[in-house]
Amino acid sequence: MDKVIVIVSSLGLIGFIYWFFLGKNDKESAMSTDIKITVSGGYSPESVTVPVGKPVKLTLTRTDPTNCLEEFVIPDLKIKKTLPLNTPVTVVVTVTSTGRYVFHCGMNMYHGQITAR
Amino acid sequence: MTIGKVLHHTPGVISADVNYATEKAQIKFDPRQITLAKISQIISGLGYSTKSDDKARQTNILLVKFILSAIFSAISFFGPPPLFQLVLATIVQFWIAWDFYVTTFNSLKHRAANMDTLIVLGTTVAYVYSTAVTFGLVPGDPYFDTSMTIISLIILGKWLEARAKGKTSEAIKRLIQLQPKTARVIRDGQEIDLPISEVVVGDQIRLRPGEKVPVDGKVLSGETSIDESMITGESIPVYKHTGDPVIGGTLNTSGAILMRATQVGSATMLSQIIKLVEQAQASRAPIQKLADVISSYFVPAVLMIAVATFAGWYVATGYLPAMLNSIAVLIIACPCALGLATPTALVVGTGLAAQKGILIKDAENLEIAYKVSHVVFDKTGTLTEGKPIVTDIVGGSKVLQLAASLDANSEHPLAAAIVSAATKAALKLSPVTSFKNLAGRGVEGTISKIKYTLGTPSLFPKVSSDVSRLEKQGKTVVVLATAGKILGTIAIADTLRPSAAEAISQLHRQKISTSLITGDNPTTAAAIAKIAGIDRFFAQVRPEDKAVSVRQLQSEGQTVAMVGDGINDAPALSAANIGIAMATGTDVAIEAAGITLVNKDLRTIAQALKLSRATLRTIKTNLFWAFIYNVVLIPAAAFGLLNPILAAGAMAFSSVSVVGNSLLLKRVRLT
Repeated sequence: MDKVIVIVSSLGLIGFIYWFFLGKNDKESAMSTDIKITVSGGYSPESVTVPVGKPVKLTLTRTDPTNCLEEFVIPDLKIKKTLPLNTPVTVVVTVTSTGRYVFHCGMNMYHGQITAR
Repeated sequence: MTIGKVLHHTPGVISADVNYATEKAQIKFDPRQITLAKISQIISGLGYSTKSDDKARQTNILLVKFILSAIFSAISFFGPPPLFQLVLATIVQFWIAWDFYVTTFNSLKHRAANMDTLIVLGTTVAYVYSTAVTFGLVPGDPYFDTSMTIISLIILGKWLEARAKGKTSEAIKRLIQLQPKTARVIRDGQEIDLPISEVVVGDQIRLRPGEKVPVDGKVLSGETSIDESMITGESIPVYKHTGDPVIGGTLNTSGAILMRATQVGSATMLSQIIKLVEQAQASRAPIQKLADVISSYFVPAVLMIAVATFAGWYVATGYLPAMLNSIAVLIIACPCALGLATPTALVVGTGLAAQKGILIKDAENLEIAYKVSHVVFDKTGTLTEGKPIVTDIVGGSKVLQLAASLDANSEHPLAAAIVSAATKAALKLSPVTSFKNLAGRGVEGTISKIKYTLGTPSLFPKVSSDVSRLEKQGKTVVVLATAGKILGTIAIADTLRPSAAEAISQLHRQKISTSLITGDNPTTAAAIAKIAGIDRFFAQVRPEDKAVSVRQLQSEGQTVAMVGDGINDAPALSAANIGIAMATGTDVAIEAAGITLVNKDLRTIAQALKLSRATLRTIKTNLFWAFIYNVVLIPAAAFGLLNPILAAGAMAFSSVSVVGNSLLLKRVRLT
């Protein structure tokens, strides 16, 4: 009986893990040219919307000591910044065409995205 | 005003001890009144940059944590009473490894997970089980030694990785440190030391021996030798005198000079180089795509495999192997190795290249450079010095005097060489009437009522044997005639760069074929190609048709690198699979170029291609091992072939080995 319980709970747990980590929907923020992102266990907000062709100020503040989040990379815009702990770092980006630009940490574990409209 | 004085008057700052020689400052402040960020802002406002020693402190903390947890783990191996082990394990689990919990908790709030999540889960399961055993809640033996050793090894891995990662970016740090902090500027007739941010274009700057050139500029007076190796990679100091350009960040070795600032701030060559290298290091390599996709699903997939492992072993054998094997799965998985594989190699490779005067635009161009099979050289200004000089005159000084008189009206670069030769020989030029330009073939005009024609041999039905003799030496030949009678012949040569032949031979040793593109006739082109050792040539190619020759080579199946100056041959650079531009002046941001060479040494081309290949090979090796590691060891752990402690050891060293492999790039011999 205990084996059946373990199998059923494991299947349920696998389903939960899938839903929890891979089934989330990104909430897009309102369009802005001055965005503040808190870096702690990921990025808050994770998804930002920016206008095309205008300089956008992203201010990132890392409050999480994990090494993983120390670097901030937007590969398609060739931007890489080191984020010292508890020190705001400003990145000015001008996106020239519409689309989605992924940003992530140095080890590509935590992700977010910029949607340009 | 100095940093110390300004900070002393800043509310909230208790004391500020600044040492300019060691570039260190110790500042005591009241965090209720002022933040570290604000202090940093004040110092930046004075023209200095700041860097807190946080990173070094974090690395030292990791070491202390490792030593403590290693001692505790060692004690637990000798089998002290379970209650004593519980005390040690609790300290390790909830004090030493507390950061893992914080990260995991923060990540879960974002419905995200990383390596720390796996470690927290694996060790917590072992800790909770062992605690239950200690208090007699479940039968069996405690596994405190396992949870503590795993944490020790993971922290050791993190410490080694932090140290090694710091070394990967040494090159860019060295470039940033080249930027001088102050300049001795002459304002209102007085010499004053100003922060570099206050220097403006046009400022006159005094430079003494042993000082760094503060900004880009031109020598106004004096002469000196300047060590430019840190920017161009050229080891021999360059002699500079009035009118010569000087590059900010280079070192004045011998004389004292007065210079005028021509580029400041972000416009200086050094700033442009730093920006280009930083951009390259942030770029994405196409080869990395698969690793990127895997990374995004990695941790959830491992969690699911761990649950499945637990269920499978529980059904097959029982609770204990189920627990140990699922812990091994959680611990062995290493998403970091995948994430670090490309960026670390890219940072080391592009940084090393920058030190040699090679600026690689991005990872994509690095990948193309890896495949280059053929290099095309533009002749004038690239393979040659770009300063044509008269080498032979057949017919005496009268021929030169007449030719120079005619050419004084022409703007052709070869005409300038003839006029310059006449000026050097102190010949007086005659006035020319009825001057006519013969569209790229020569000129004609009347001197003292006699009509002369000066131009390429093809203008004349019959020329002397000197013409073919000189052309076979790779020289461009012009003939002077009047009324159908040949008066003389002048040969002009643009000297090959001293490094040309060696550069070509280095490319051939790398099994890369070469060709030459020139506007010269086939005889001259063949001779130059022969002298330089170039395999083939494209002669009589107009500048706008160079791209056509490049496309012809591509249609033959070659991956082509085109080497030019980036200005006149931009279309050909763009048409090639990769454009390699030899920067002229201090502008290194050449749009059409995938690789920009800061120095004029042609041997750098072979070095650039070799380094690109070595970097990409390292990326490939890193990715291969990171994939294989996970693909082989996760199933091995799931099938019970790995003890959790062994898994922790392997995991701790997997990231370190990837970073270490990238650092091996520094040992690549480029010559």
